[in-house]
Amino acid sequence: MRGFSELIDKLLLTSSRNRKIDILCDYFKSTPDPDRGFALAIITNSLDLKNIPISKIKEIVKENVDEELFALSYDYVGDLAETISLIWPYKENGHLPQISKMISILKNIKKDELSKKIKTFLSIANETERWALIKLISGGLRIGVSSRLAKTALAKFGDKKLDDIEKIWHGIEAPYETLFKWLCNLGPMPEIDLKKTFNPMMLANPIEENDFKNINSKNFVAEWKWDGIRVQIILDDFNIKIFSRTGDDITQTFPEIKCLQKELVILDGELLVGRDYIPMTFNTLQQRLNRKKVSLKHIDDFPAFVKLYDILYLNNEDLREKNWDERRTILESWYFKHKNRFFDLSKIINFNSWKNLAEIRKNEIIDDQHEGLMIKSKYSPYISGRPKGHWYKWKKDPKTVDAILMYAVRGHGKRSSYYSDFTFGLWDENQLSPIGKAYFGFNDNELKILDKFVRNNTIKKFGPVREVEKTFVIEVAFDSVNSSTRHKSGVALRFPRIKRLREDKPINEVLQLSEFKLEFL
Amino acid sequence: MQWINENLYISPINTYIDPSRPVENAIITHGHADHAKPGHKNVLATKETINIMKIRYGENCAENFQELPLNRTLKIDNVNITFYPAGHILGSVQVLAEYRGEKINFTGDYKTKKDKSCENFEPVRCHTLVTEATFGLPIFQHPNEHNEIKKLLRSLQLFPERPHLVGVYALGKAQRIIGLLRQQRYDKEIFIHGALEKLCNYYIKENVFLGKFSKTNLKDKKEYQGEIILAPPSAIKNVWSRKFEDPIICQASGWMSIKQRAKQSLVELPLIISDHADWNELTDYIKLTRAENVYVTHGREEAIVHWCKMNKINGLALSLSGREDEEDL
Repeated sequence: MRGFSELIDKLLLTSSRNRKIDILCDYFKSTPDPDRGFALAIITNSLDLKNIPISKIKEIVKENVDEELFALSYDYVGDLAETISLIWPYKENGHLPQISKMISILKNIKKDELSKKIKTFLSIANETERWALIKLISGGLRIGVSSRLAKTALAKFGDKKLDDIEKIWHGIEAPYETLFKWLCNLGPMPEIDLKKTFNPMMLANPIEENDFKNINSKNFVAEWKWDGIRVQIILDDFNIKIFSRTGDDITQTFPEIKCLQKELVILDGELLVGRDYIPMTFNTLQQRLNRKKVSLKHIDDFPAFVKLYDILYLNNEDLREKNWDERRTILESWYFKHKNRFFDLSKIINFNSWKNLAEIRKNEIIDDQHEGLMIKSKYSPYISGRPKGHWYKWKKDPKTVDAILMYAVRGHGKRSSYYSDFTFGLWDENQLSPIGKAYFGFNDNELKILDKFVRNNTIKKFGPVREVEKTFVIEVAFDSVNSSTRHKSGVALRFPRIKRLREDKPINEVLQLSEFKLEFL
Repeated sequence: MQWINENLYISPINTYIDPSRPVENAIITHGHADHAKPGHKNVLATKETINIMKIRYGENCAENFQELPLNRTLKIDNVNITFYPAGHILGSVQVLAEYRGEKINFTGDYKTKKDKSCENFEPVRCHTLVTEATFGLPIFQHPNEHNEIKKLLRSLQLFPERPHLVGVYALGKAQRIIGLLRQQRYDKEIFIHGALEKLCNYYIKENVFLGKFSKTNLKDKKEYQGEIILAPPSAIKNVWSRKFEDPIICQASGWMSIKQRAKQSLVELPLIISDHADWNELTDYIKLTRAENVYVTHGREEAIVHWCKMNKINGLALSLSGREDEEDL
């Protein structure tokens, strides 16, 4: 456990992405199988130790520490694993088992020996190991390492393409011994069962003004960019699997979606909720996301369906090398035979020039349903990642609002000496109410102005947070607004960024929250 | 305990201990800014504390200064005042006041661990203990400081191309860190932020060994590769730190045991080194003094008061304002 606990401690305290990658590479280099594979599984959240409830750990601690003192400490620290790791009163000699051994012990632990074993582990461990152990049991490390970052580190470690790792990732399991063999050039690239595996998706680049001059509208088609979540659907042997864009298996979240196919079919589309193929807002879709248990009422109220964009496999045949036009024809014939109420074809928009498409974008867009337009080359193969020149996204124009700067926090890495994360707000009667946070959109010069303003106009400090004089107006751009019960203002902005500094603008010209809601919600 | 009140005012002799605003008579436990304020008429303190006050606030920061050496009793009317070393920083003391046979000990800030940069702590028996509780929660159990310093040295070996910027409080912590590095036989020159210079020089004058150090003076970005630079935490957060190329931000403080707190402060290498008593030192000392009453001046009062109750000692929180956690960021 020593090596693993030191690894996640280092990762937690490092804010630079490149440095995190180096730390992971070092760990993979210096740690043997199967420990490194299990560590990888924990970091990428691919391992579930569901058998020990965290309430049991709390119980054990409460038996050994005064309850009031524990409560005061927990209140102060705010993180359960940290509180327990710091407050645990006993020390015993010994070494915790290696991470792989530890996982197998925890998985097979019997109820009647749980308390005693955990108590011994906690006493043998040092503080960092205790912290790691409790994180391991409670799940969710929260150390600022995404599974994408871990895979990037794997690619660097083995000098392989990230794309290749993505391709096989969902077909391999902890402790990933075949993966490491391949990365160390001691074996072939692991073979995986396509039928269970997510294939990394093809993504679009944002279109720039110049692009229109360089691409011929006759070679391109357009579709709406639906405002849902992009999914990949794998149908095989009368089974269905639904993966999100990041490769998370979300089949259980949408159990109503069904389609029976004997041979392998892989579809690409946008998952939405709504009736008669008419999507409800993204906000409504969110009601269905991140739920482990789905109630029938939820399915009834917010039924899910998929707008199909593309087809990658048909009857075991890989179609990804074919061009978009051919794939679309295949998709349409497949749809004709197999359509049901869970699937709709994403409509192709007719247009005769870029100017014409611009008018369509302006006049026909439905704010609640569309994020903008997709422009796809008729000749594009299906390439994982974000290849240039094939697919473009033309988002709808952002909305903007002038808001008042309220709080600031220092950034990370290169920006660690700059106040670069900003909270801004609107008037709620005669008080300010925060409506969002933004940490990009400004240029270097604007950042310097903001940083200086924060340093010279701080009126209060709350730990790392500075409250500033409410005199600075900024123009905030955002994609859309959702109503939110989690935020006091009742709104949540999507993709907010600071567009312009409006030092010239008086604060009393900033909107009331109620006016803002009327206009945008 | 009618003769002192919750503002640490000793009424029979019209004297305050560490008052937060100017008064006629003040006893100052040590030179940190939240205990020693300028503008008093008469100040009673150790020689070192008086010198530190003069360095920080100017020669005339009080009208009159009177030195009281350690372990020597000063009689003022029928109150006896004696200073015992508090082991916190150079010149820091506990103040024992005796009146009509009742002994009250004011700890000021203290630690019982040994420290070569100041006089070591001495325990004192008393009827009533007025204690600090900066780290008064059982989660605070400071590790061995030499092991923490070794972490810094190991990091220097691992990243010989990166400057190591260590956030330290200018008075006490800075000099202790330098001393601890020297005890590990780190003989290289150590660099300091200008704000630390006068106090480091004063420590040397008082025969605390600090070895070779000098103020940073940056001309070339590459100049401080693999060096140790000490600076106040505020400077590290500030524009000043932009001068260094790709530094490792370290912080030497008792708060660093909380990882989330270190992360929030953007500290990459936390060094858990504190000049305050941790939970065990606080509670052990309360037991050792055999005090019947414990008053907590500042810090995490609730937990100490609760612990007193568990141990059948009268505990009370005074919650003095203006006492900031000086190590706090």
